[in-house]
Amino acid sequence: MSTTLDAPRSPYSRSPKKRGVNWEKWGWIYMRASGVVLVVLIFGHLFVNLMIGEGVDALNFAFVAGKLANPFWQTWDVLMLWLALIHGGNGMRTLVNDYATTRLTRGILKSSILAAVVILIVLGTLVIYTFDACPAGSPADLLPSFCSAN
Amino acid sequence: MPQQSAETLASQQKTTSRRPAGTLYRGREGMWSWVLHRITGVAIFFFLLVHILDTALVRVSPEAYNGVISSYQTPIMGLGETALVAAIVFHAFNGLRIILIDFWNAKYQKVMFYVVIGLWVVTMLAFVPRHLMNVFSH
Repeated sequence: MSTTLDAPRSPYSRSPKKRGVNWEKWGWIYMRASGVVLVVLIFGHLFVNLMIGEGVDALNFAFVAGKLANPFWQTWDVLMLWLALIHGGNGMRTLVNDYATTRLTRGILKSSILAAVVILIVLGTLVIYTFDACPAGSPADLLPSFCSAN
Repeated sequence: MPQQSAETLASQQKTTSRRPAGTLYRGREGMWSWVLHRITGVAIFFFLLVHILDTALVRVSPEAYNGVISSYQTPIMGLGETALVAAIVFHAFNGLRIILIDFWNAKYQKVMFYVVIGLWVVTMLAFVPRHLMNVFSH
């Protein structure tokens, strides 16, 4: 199979056979747009969970339940979930395209990445929106303080 | 032509020599930032997969979540979290550098790499002592 190469430094042009949405371009834009938002979301996430108070030592069900009962943190976490998984999945796709040498391994690896991303987005979104901060029958000392208020 | 092929051979020997010459790219700031961006990206991706699964345990029961999260509070995992934050902070600042290269000016990519390293050091100085105090004062 012979491949023809463009002359070096010739301007990029899409092949006329390709029509419709330029997905690679939108992927490129997505990495940058989501990246900027993720810097803010993840730095905020790390600051609140690891820096404030006793940091990682303070993490437990009551702490997370207290956060996820608040629509502000629900939105924060859902945005982080979707943006980060798609950003990471698309990054891994780039690496597979660069390093996997046969069509079959590329196919297997990229389908696995897609499956992992889809399953975790669905799981994470369900957890955030169906979550009960005060599950019945749980010991009160494991629950956030507002559970025993009523 | 024999003369031309001899020239090609000589230039091939030059480029495949074991000791890289002063190339535009090889082994400089541009390459190392790219290598680090890929390595940190892969590490963060696999942590993210695990992190979503462990957080999903809040939907199972308080006991299940607390059981797993307490393993994140051990000294060894504390060091792992330090490495994770180091990777995230580098990936974040270098990602902003990539955006600036693309949309602002590629001329400053080298100096921006050292700015990334500097900001990384400052951020880690703010985070690491605080985090290790939390981890080891238990």
